[in-house]
Amino acid sequence: MRVSPDSAAIGVEGLWKIFGPKAAKVLACDDRFLEPAALREKTGCTAAVRDVSFDVRPGEVFVVMGLSGSGKSTLVRCLTRLVEPTAGRVVIGGEDVGAATPARLRELRRHHVSMVFQHFGLLPHRRVIDNVAYGLEVQGRPRAERHARAAEILSLVGLDGHADAFPDQLSGGMQQRVGLARALAVDPQVMLFDEPFSALDPLIRRDMQAEVIRLHREVGKTMVFITHDLSEALKLGERIAIMRAGSIVQLGTPEELVGAPADDYVADFVRDVPRSHVLSLRWISRPPEPGEPLDGPELPASTVIKDAIAAASESSRPIRVVDGDELVGVVDRVDLLTFLSGQDTGDTVTAA
Amino acid sequence: MSSTAVSTPSGLRVPGWLAPAGVAVLFAAAYLVFRGTGTLPHDSEAPQFAAVTELREWIDDHRNDNPVFLYFLNYVRLFVGGVYGLFHGALTALGWPGLIGVMGALAWLAGGWRIALPAVAGFCSFGVLGLWESSVETLALVAAAVLLSLAIGVPLGIWAGLSRRAHRAVTPVLDVMQIMPTFAYLAPLALFFHIGAPAGTIATMIYAIPPAIRITALAVQQVSPTAVEASASLGATRAQTLVKVHLPLARSTMALAVNQTIMMALSMVVIANLINAPGLGSDIILGLSRAQVGIMLPAGVAIVVMAMVLDRMTVSVARRGPHSRIGRAGLAGAGALAAAGVTLGLVLPHEWPEALTVDLVAEINDAVLWAETSWYGVTTFIKDTTSYLLLNPLESLFTTAPWWLVAAAVLLAAWRVSGVRPALTALGCLLAIALLGTWEHAMRTMTTVAVAVSVTLVIGLLLGVAAARSARWSAVQRPVLDAAQTMPAFVYLLPALALFGTTRFTAIFASIVYAVPPVVRLVEEGIRNVPGTVVEAAASAGSTPGQLLWKVQLPMARRAILLAANQGIVMTLAMVVVGGLVGAGALGYDVVLGFSQRTDFGMGFIAGVATVLLGVMLDRITQGADRRPSPHQRKVT
Amino acid sequence: MKIRLLAGLLALGLATACGGATVESAPSATPAEGSASASAPTGTVKIAINPWVGYEASANVVAYLLKNELGYTVELPEIKEQLAWEGFETGDVDVIIENWGHPDLKKQFIEEKKTAVEAGSTGNKGVIGWYIPKWMADEHPDITDWKNLNKYADLFKTSESGGKGQLLFGDPSYVSNEAALIKNLKLNFKIVTGGSEAALIKGAQQAQAQKKPLLFYFWDPHWLFSKTELVRVKLPEWTEGCDADPKKVACDYPEMDLDKIVSTRFAQSGGKAYELVKNFSWTNEDQNAVADDMTNGGMTGEEAAKKWVEANPAKWQAWIPQ
Ligand SMILES: Nc1ncnc2c1ncn2[C@@H]1O[C@H](COP(=O)(O)OP(=O)(O)OP(=O)(O)O)[C@@H](O)[C@H]1O
Ligand SMILES: [Mg+2]
Repeated sequence: MRVSPDSAAIGVEGLWKIFGPKAAKVLACDDRFLEPAALREKTGCTAAVRDVSFDVRPGEVFVVMGLSGSGKSTLVRCLTRLVEPTAGRVVIGGEDVGAATPARLRELRRHHVSMVFQHFGLLPHRRVIDNVAYGLEVQGRPRAERHARAAEILSLVGLDGHADAFPDQLSGGMQQRVGLARALAVDPQVMLFDEPFSALDPLIRRDMQAEVIRLHREVGKTMVFITHDLSEALKLGERIAIMRAGSIVQLGTPEELVGAPADDYVADFVRDVPRSHVLSLRWISRPPEPGEPLDGPELPASTVIKDAIAAASESSRPIRVVDGDELVGVVDRVDLLTFLSGQDTGDTVTAA
Repeated sequence: MSSTAVSTPSGLRVPGWLAPAGVAVLFAAAYLVFRGTGTLPHDSEAPQFAAVTELREWIDDHRNDNPVFLYFLNYVRLFVGGVYGLFHGALTALGWPGLIGVMGALAWLAGGWRIALPAVAGFCSFGVLGLWESSVETLALVAAAVLLSLAIGVPLGIWAGLSRRAHRAVTPVLDVMQIMPTFAYLAPLALFFHIGAPAGTIATMIYAIPPAIRITALAVQQVSPTAVEASASLGATRAQTLVKVHLPLARSTMALAVNQTIMMALSMVVIANLINAPGLGSDIILGLSRAQVGIMLPAGVAIVVMAMVLDRMTVSVARRGPHSRIGRAGLAGAGALAAAGVTLGLVLPHEWPEALTVDLVAEINDAVLWAETSWYGVTTFIKDTTSYLLLNPLESLFTTAPWWLVAAAVLLAAWRVSGVRPALTALGCLLAIALLGTWEHAMRTMTTVAVAVSVTLVIGLLLGVAAARSARWSAVQRPVLDAAQTMPAFVYLLPALALFGTTRFTAIFASIVYAVPPVVRLVEEGIRNVPGTVVEAAASAGSTPGQLLWKVQLPMARRAILLAANQGIVMTLAMVVVGGLVGAGALGYDVVLGFSQRTDFGMGFIAGVATVLLGVMLDRITQGADRRPSPHQRKVT
Repeated sequence: MKIRLLAGLLALGLATACGGATVESAPSATPAEGSASASAPTGTVKIAINPWVGYEASANVVAYLLKNELGYTVELPEIKEQLAWEGFETGDVDVIIENWGHPDLKKQFIEEKKTAVEAGSTGNKGVIGWYIPKWMADEHPDITDWKNLNKYADLFKTSESGGKGQLLFGDPSYVSNEAALIKNLKLNFKIVTGGSEAALIKGAQQAQAQKKPLLFYFWDPHWLFSKTELVRVKLPEWTEGCDADPKKVACDYPEMDLDKIVSTRFAQSGGKAYELVKNFSWTNEDQNAVADDMTNGGMTGEEAAKKWVEANPAKWQAWIPQ
């Protein structure tokens, strides 16, 4: 994968982060390829991010997923050098972050990239409005201006009327809305989310996810979204990177991950996903057999499988799967049933 | 948790007590054979002492022409004296109504009228006790010392809180400063800064700075890392993050730092008087040198009252929520109080009206005399029994044992409890004590400490266990302990002196009273922290409460108990040394003598150093609790 | 930029103060009021208080007169003998009203450092010695000779004296040859420090009332002699120079003319206050009367001084400068 600064909002290449006293030395020798446990045993260092590369396209929602301790938070912090990377290159908006001077880096954080945190990180001694305006305050904007802007953002995230409350007077969900508003207030091009909703209960979490989707649609920011919740990843992500022990093991669309896990780890991850909700007809369509009738209902290849069931139940003829005008293949009831019946579909898919 | 698995590393099935018992027998035998040889008797004319005395004479002669003094130390003295003078001048200028009004107003701002009322009453009591001027001096001294301590301690603390490296650099220094008995710095201070208010202020600062640094560092470290990260992620500079995030979020813990600094400063007030710091301390020392509790008690009460008022004020600042504001009513009340005070201060005379004082000196003296005469039999019996049965034999054991035997015992004990490095440090300290020529007196002091610590631990364990087992007992005991811990250490000397006169026992008694509260607290906490599931499991296996205590709770609270012992020793040592003023003899008395007789300055100075060494040694012997996981636990995990 | 500014300021500060700071330039405890060096009659005089009541009696009488006759403010800081001498230099002390000998300090501070000067005798004759209650001397007539002390050492044993006889000592700051005496006279005694004059008095009173043996350090003038019968133990007689080397002392204390010491500054600019201090001189009886009132009459120093002043106008009027 090549970093292409012009087309990508974020480009990451060969990123390493090793925690510990002898990080540079570890990186220089072959120790860096050791398993995390072995590495820690041998050198006392932890390799949190190992040789990670990816691009994020402008306006994309890029999700990073992985088990606890897989290095997600470290990775996302390396992007703006909240954690100093041990090696590698990060480019944001065409600018090499690694080479930025402290002042330039601050500039980047102030205007281009902002972040939402798992534990909110609100300042308890400030009112909501001053929390939201914090980013503008450190930029040195006058009080009236930043309050006006903060009020605007507060209504965008649905917190009208809470401007003068203190964070601890709000529910968890509302607090995270404040966190979101704070990140939005500086009008960044890129927003980083580090498991923003995992401290919230499921119902509120769903609301907040909807909120992010809405915001993404309305303000169109590039987003890097960290989560360890697969359904959240599938719901939000245009592309998902799955991390394990510091490395990305697979990067692709939800469909690619569910349909073609790169290894057992990923397969394990996506096992419980109802495939019919994620995979499209493209994954199970097959070339029409000779003599098969081709006058059945016609559906686009990107149709999610579960949505094809209605069409299939209306007509006994195989569904014609099309991509534009071109016929990709057909799917008949037997195919659908075989897929829905579970286990062996994995083989079918791989075979396909 | 099988202890046999540990004590028989070779796998031989030998009972666990055999090895220690064998060693004990070995030591006893060695003592019997070698007793009286290899002792290091005290020689008050040792060349080490003479050298320091000469150094002092030299410094005295060159105080006004040596550049170190001319361009540095004297300026420090000048500056600190200036700060004290400023405070003293300002507080005096306010007059008594003004000062009471202003303090009341500050208390109101700190915690509402509920704090203001006792503050006003407390400050009035200084006048009523006839101690207004001394109290103002003490307040000025404490204010100057606290202000300067914070000016140094808070930045250092912030730095240590932000930088791991700074933290690591500062910690050992603070450790030593905190186990250093207060008495020990007086001689060097007198040497460099002469006597008087500036030197007293500096002595107080040395004592008060460690908690300022430590707690500030803790406060900064405790600030939510996410909030800090959030600030950084929005492009805040380090300074912005410090001012807008760290400091506001650390505020309430930092108020505790101020609180502790004030408390420490107040408890130094008396001792600082030995180098002529003005204030209430001089009344106490006066009472001490006249053996009149009647003079000491009011001054002691005034110090305690001042401590309580300032404590409550700062604690209520610390307890305030992160975003509470002072209400308009509060501001108005405080303002009115301050204004009324200041106006009255302009009108009324500056001295506290004679008519409003209550002179209790004679009454208290009579009461003490009564107690002394009517309890004479009991107190003398206690004192004499302890002295003849415990103190004297132990003292002769320590002083007649060959030095190498004592050294070996210290090495072994420290090794067993705390590990190799602490053991070597302890040994080093002991050898240094010997080289300094203070061996015999150090052994005597150690005897007193040993007796005091043993009693402290017994009482502490009993009360701690009682509190841990009975919530009601704990509820009764807690406020008493709280109060006891706010009191300046010196106050405990008063009742002790009244009951036991000037003897070693007085120091022992005072140090027990001084050290028991924290020990009780640590023990109680240790037992309470034994996981409920373990206790439940043991109970469900049919243990009686006694079995539960002996077999589960006490062994599992071992760390806490060792820590309690460690704390107890450090505190006891500090107090025993102060006891030199009231007959405890040995190192403490040498220090006192060093101030009183020029020719003994060297001995006093070195005794101060020896006290520090003794403190470090005793700390290292018992520090296993703090820093090393116990061998048992290490085996299990 | 800031740093450079700071450095500049610092350099400036050092340059202006290139003389450095001496101890004298340190402000005294109460800079607001100025020190005694102010020659105006309304200045402050600081009389050190040494820890025995006879001293306090003298100090209080002088203080009373300074206040009420001359209009001075008087401070009576509690400072022990030797520290008080240092206080002359720092401005913490102007006057030591009763000095017991201290030839070494006189040499150092008067001759060498020139921070203090003598201000004449107090009229009191002072002598230090070892005392026992009279009943002991009655029971053991030979006990009053130091040569027999070892014979009776057992009598004086206490829980604090570690198997030897106890010699009760007072405040650690007192003039003392005790350690040298015990060593050089090979006495089987141990010094036990009571810590104060009061401990000595209490010990003496108990020794008399309860017939408890006691050997203790004490001095005359003292009111105690009029209330308790004490007998002095004879040490080898004092001869000129026998106590020159403090380590080799093996003789009794000499009788001393107690005198007054003041700071050079006070002597030069103390005005009438200095005159009064210089003129002050009274008898042992006078002192004992005031001290007795202070200790046993339940009076404060000021009250006792007032009583004496009112009763003896002729004496003190002679001290008041014209
Ligand atoms: N400051 C640090 N110093 C040392 N090791 C660290 C540090 N921060 C993280 N690590 C280690 O790096 C590894 C990755 O941590 P990271 O926080 O990035 O994981 P994560 O995927 O975000 O986990 P979670 O889902 O629990 O947040 C972990 O093993 C962690 O212990
Ligand atoms: Mg994380």
